[in-house]
Amino acid sequence: MRIKHILGLLCALAFSVVLAGDASAQEKTVKIGAVFPLSGNAASAGVHAKAAIETAIDIINNAHPELGNFPLAKNAGLAGLGGAKVEVVFADNQGSPATGQNQTLRLITEEKVVALTGAYQSGITLTASAIAEKYGIPFLNGESVAANLTERGFKWFFRVTPVASDFAKIYYEFLKDMKATGAKTDSVAMVHDNTEYGTSVASVITSVFKENGQNAPIDIAYAANATDVQSQVLQLKEKKPDVVIMITYTSDAILFAKTMQALDYKPPMLLADDAGYSDPSFIKAVGKISVGAFNRSSWSVGPPGSPTALIAEMYKKKSGDEMDDTAARQMQGFLVLMEAIDRAGSTDPAKIQAALKATDLKPDQLMMGYKGVKFDEKGQNILAAGVIIQLQDGENYVSVWPKANAQKNPIMPYKAW
Amino acid sequence: MSTIVVQVIVGGLLLGAIYALFSSGLTLVWGMMNIVNFAHGDFVMLGMYVAFVVWSVFGAGPLLGAPLAALALATLGIIVYFGLIREIMKGPMLAQILGTFGLALLLRYSAFWWFGANFLTLPENIVGGTFDIFGLRIQASRLLAGGVALLVTLGLHVLLTRTSLGSKMLAVAEDSTAAQLMGIRPDTMQAIAWAIAAGATGLAGALIATFFYIVPTVGETLAIVAFVTVSLGGFGSVPGALLAGLLIGVIESLSAYLIGAVYKDIVVYSLFLGFLWFRPQGLMGKT
Repeated sequence: MRIKHILGLLCALAFSVVLAGDASAQEKTVKIGAVFPLSGNAASAGVHAKAAIETAIDIINNAHPELGNFPLAKNAGLAGLGGAKVEVVFADNQGSPATGQNQTLRLITEEKVVALTGAYQSGITLTASAIAEKYGIPFLNGESVAANLTERGFKWFFRVTPVASDFAKIYYEFLKDMKATGAKTDSVAMVHDNTEYGTSVASVITSVFKENGQNAPIDIAYAANATDVQSQVLQLKEKKPDVVIMITYTSDAILFAKTMQALDYKPPMLLADDAGYSDPSFIKAVGKISVGAFNRSSWSVGPPGSPTALIAEMYKKKSGDEMDDTAARQMQGFLVLMEAIDRAGSTDPAKIQAALKATDLKPDQLMMGYKGVKFDEKGQNILAAGVIIQLQDGENYVSVWPKANAQKNPIMPYKAW
Repeated sequence: MSTIVVQVIVGGLLLGAIYALFSSGLTLVWGMMNIVNFAHGDFVMLGMYVAFVVWSVFGAGPLLGAPLAALALATLGIIVYFGLIREIMKGPMLAQILGTFGLALLLRYSAFWWFGANFLTLPENIVGGTFDIFGLRIQASRLLAGGVALLVTLGLHVLLTRTSLGSKMLAVAEDSTAAQLMGIRPDTMQAIAWAIAAGATGLAGALIATFFYIVPTVGETLAIVAFVTVSLGGFGSVPGALLAGLLIGVIESLSAYLIGAVYKDIVVYSLFLGFLWFRPQGLMGKT
């Protein structure tokens, strides 16, 4: 009799705890959808993106006084929503624009997310954000650089990262400066895949070079996820450009590095457009035969104890890898979205949209080296900026240009191995 | 002919031999039991990971990695035969397709879970660098893989045409009931066929790993080439796969060099379809 009694009481207690927990959870969470390539050939990038977002969630949901005035860090939860916690539902785009679109639809209609972030590949951000636009859900992109993403007249799409045209200008200025120091930069070749990312970046670089009175770069296009790139490397070997710009995702970037070594080809200067060359698994796999590769970045770890260094440490604990530019841009994008939701004090998509439009973050509120975050009417951050980095030891990138932010001087020519 | 064009052709031939190497297992399984193994690419992937594990644990190259990968995959082949293939062969064609496809996904996501999504590679000089012959660059690792491709093709061909085991296997493939009446056990023969096919595939994976990246989805990238090679060579024909592999390798390399890499697949696949229009059984397949 007695045991039954106690058991009954315990059951009731357990039941009420479950109910109470559930009720408070329902009250105080902000549900965000995140679409990333968690499988498929870009899964390595997707997994790092997930770790970056999880680091941001940790910063938001727990108190981190050590980060000082970094937005959303000081107290646990979102202050503007009474300490509400953020919950992110991750969805796998499998590297396919159609899957990215379906997953976005599912996040909006079934998971009822109030805002979205993603989707790494420009071609998938393109389709996923179109669904968000249709349903009136804010879509914040931290990393996709294809120009046309913000040229569609969308009202719910916001992009924090610098875009292809910003980088094309950076490349042009950088090459001009390098020429002034005696490097040959007259003939340029671009190697790019045929995805939205590869083709759009290549065409933007071509037009920026032409506008500035330079010859259009030699164009070497190939189909993404190649099984073999010997012919492309031999074309380069024959044309002997002074500078090779690599616009490729990780799998092909690794194959190019290996094939260049096998065929004993190294251009005098190799300049990578982020993507594959920033993937930590690229550096681990072929960093030692890509010594001296230039790359672009907006991320820098900063001095020990600084918020960026602490964030990098937290990220490394989660992912096991060093923070890279792509993951950092994704994390920054997510933080910009959460700052807007916090300021809006609401999970109503329209209010979040209004808050995003009013975003005005200063450099000291950011983890990236942007001049700030402020969106134009197309949803593009007009204060985004970047620097040139170099893989000088085959293990870690250091900033080398512009001089004002440089940790080291650029080393020429490309050493490779 | 300039050195570069010769380099393109030599590179294409080596590439083709490697295509043939990882296609031989697929064509063998088809020839033995009329099953298209959609998990084939993922068998290659597992072979690559075995080579990687052997290297990271023992620091050994393909000399140890390749036999171990062959052994591991042969064992897996037997398990797969008794655990899955024997059952689904009783079902309709669709069940066979879905069965091996399911197996492909199971293997791929198991690799994701175990090894993670990062790209891995073996050290560049694991098979002794690159030869430079009158300005022609030939990677030792590709040469080794190409040489093994020839040996494997020859070995399988001899096995099937000159040995009693091969005759028994072919007998089962032709008419398993009649073979059973002659005292041949179809189960044993087919399990051996799976072991050989999967073993050859594992061997291929271990050798490809010496110059390619390793990632759980790599099978997807490679499998499509294997299917094209096998259908061009003629389903079930091992020498056909070698010939087809060499042809595809050279056409791919030449068209990528002369016309542009974006167009190479268009060239290869339109030639492929055109050829099948005239000869649907492939280069060396039986009508």
